[in-house]
Amino acid sequence: MGRRPNMAEVVAAEPALSNQILEVEGLCAHHGQLLALDGVSFTVGEGSVFAVIGANGAGKSTLMRSIAGLHRPSEGRVIFDGTDITRLSTPQRVELGISLVPEGRRLFASLSVEENLLTGTYIRRSGHWTIERVYEMFPWMWQRKNQRSSLLSGGEQQTVAISRALLANPRLLLIDELSLGLAPIVVRSIYGSLSKIMEGGLTVLIVEQDVNQALSVAAKFQCMLEGRTTLSGKPAEFTPEEIEAAYFGLNSTSSIHGKD
Amino acid sequence: MLNAIIQGILLGGLVVLFACGLSLLFGVMGVINLAHGDIAVAAAYVAVAIVPVLHIPAIWIFAIVVPLFMVAGYIVQRLLIQPSLNSGPLTTLLVTFGLSVIIENLLLEIFSANSHSLAIGSLASSAFKLSSQISIAYLSLLILVVSIVVVAGVQLGLYRTRTGRIIRAVADDREAAELIGADYRHIFGIAAGLAFGTVALAGLSLAMYSQVDPSSGPDYLIFGFEAVVIGGLGSLWGTFAGGIVLGIATTIGLFLSANFGALAPHIVFLLVLALRPQGFFPKKVAV
Ligand SMILES: Nc1ncnc2c1ncn2[C@@H]1O[C@H](COP(=O)(O)OP(=O)(O)OP(=O)(O)O)[C@@H](O)[C@H]1O
Ligand SMILES: [Mg+2]
Repeated sequence: MGRRPNMAEVVAAEPALSNQILEVEGLCAHHGQLLALDGVSFTVGEGSVFAVIGANGAGKSTLMRSIAGLHRPSEGRVIFDGTDITRLSTPQRVELGISLVPEGRRLFASLSVEENLLTGTYIRRSGHWTIERVYEMFPWMWQRKNQRSSLLSGGEQQTVAISRALLANPRLLLIDELSLGLAPIVVRSIYGSLSKIMEGGLTVLIVEQDVNQALSVAAKFQCMLEGRTTLSGKPAEFTPEEIEAAYFGLNSTSSIHGKD
Repeated sequence: MLNAIIQGILLGGLVVLFACGLSLLFGVMGVINLAHGDIAVAAAYVAVAIVPVLHIPAIWIFAIVVPLFMVAGYIVQRLLIQPSLNSGPLTTLLVTFGLSVIIENLLLEIFSANSHSLAIGSLASSAFKLSSQISIAYLSLLILVVSIVVVAGVQLGLYRTRTGRIIRAVADDREAAELIGADYRHIFGIAAGLAFGTVALAGLSLAMYSQVDPSSGPDYLIFGFEAVVIGGLGSLWGTFAGGIVLGIATTIGLFLSANFGALAPHIVFLLVLALRPQGFFPKKVAV
């Protein structure tokens, strides 16, 4: 460029506080008439865990699906590593490095465990994860590779679903309801694996109903209610009462305890 | 009687070729292609039209028409069937019905209502004797072998190749397949290409075996459809068994009475439907 950049460009070129791999700007999404997302904005720093919490129907899944490209937002933008991806299809986003582990795991029921894993390599994105590395990390999968995925327990299915997503070698991994329907000990073990998985610099955006679990791993979080963000920041910045109030939509002026 | 059964098995090969693509389209996309029979007839007419022009032995026509129809299948899926998929199964049914009507009328327009067949010389009539009463036509045997090869090949392709694995994944869960980077429309196109290729094979075989006319498509559709249903929806080997059973029903019906041959397979179809509505080999639905 032969001209002097104007002020806006200088500001835009300024490296954001660490590298923001995902920027969601004023995202609105509908299900028919229903406004499921109402101007949601946040940013996720590369290599960190970002948690989205909120009660049933808050719009968490709609948010994840909009980022993964399964749902067309009606307004707003999704920016991945500086590129506006709002109009890209889901497979195009997978190729850029965004993988979603959908709510309910959604393994291919008629495929074996190994076949499910192999589908994850469909786009052949190169990176750390290969099927051998997955088996190294979860040796039980190797032993049960020929079983139908529908015969696995919930926790095993979730682990296979995460591994399938990892095999696309994403830079940003979205997980919708990691702990849904799982025993606490299983949840802890999956979170344990997740921190090991993240050593390679992976960014994780996680939706959780298990608030304590989510807040213990997340660098930043946001709480949603009826499509809006009611609280966002670092977990340590808020008291459990404040978070609870945001979660259930209790009016903060009338206070959570009701008596003060 | 034994002869009737053997001839029935041979005839079944042809039914299987018709049914294979129907089974595939239903298994992968949940689409019932009402134009299936007409596509077979169209393939036969394309062959009838180009054989005299190209001066090639009729048997080589397979190498031209089958790939041509595979490409056509991909295009028809992407341009016609895919847009209708999002508007529900009824729309898809109507679209394929429309396609059926269009093909039939185009053929009538171009080739008139006369029936045609593909001349393949001595192969059409030669046979060998198994016993004094049973003779087996080489062509029928060839068609049966081809049908086995096609079903086994498609099955192997689905279960042993990367593309086959993705086709099955898409059949299970389109959205989850998108999430691993597969464009399910493209995968559906491939499945439709396979289906059109196999039904073109059926149409060519039929034109060598007997005669085709522009309005015979729906009859073959019914046969193929019955084979798919009694075999068990979504199971290729089930479809194979269904085709053979219908073939045998036809020839035994003919054996019993000349008029009964056309009716017998439909009666068998209804009987199977009443006694075993899930078909011979229902696809296990995993939840
Ligand atoms: N396919 C759909 N059609 C119609 N409405 C939908 C659909 N999916 C979600 N909704 C509605 O959109 C709102 C947000 O739903 P969403 O699934 O995003 O919430 P969620 O926070 O993920 O909830 P949960 O914790 O139950 O998973 C809800 O009111 C829900 O009823
Ligand atoms: Mg949800």
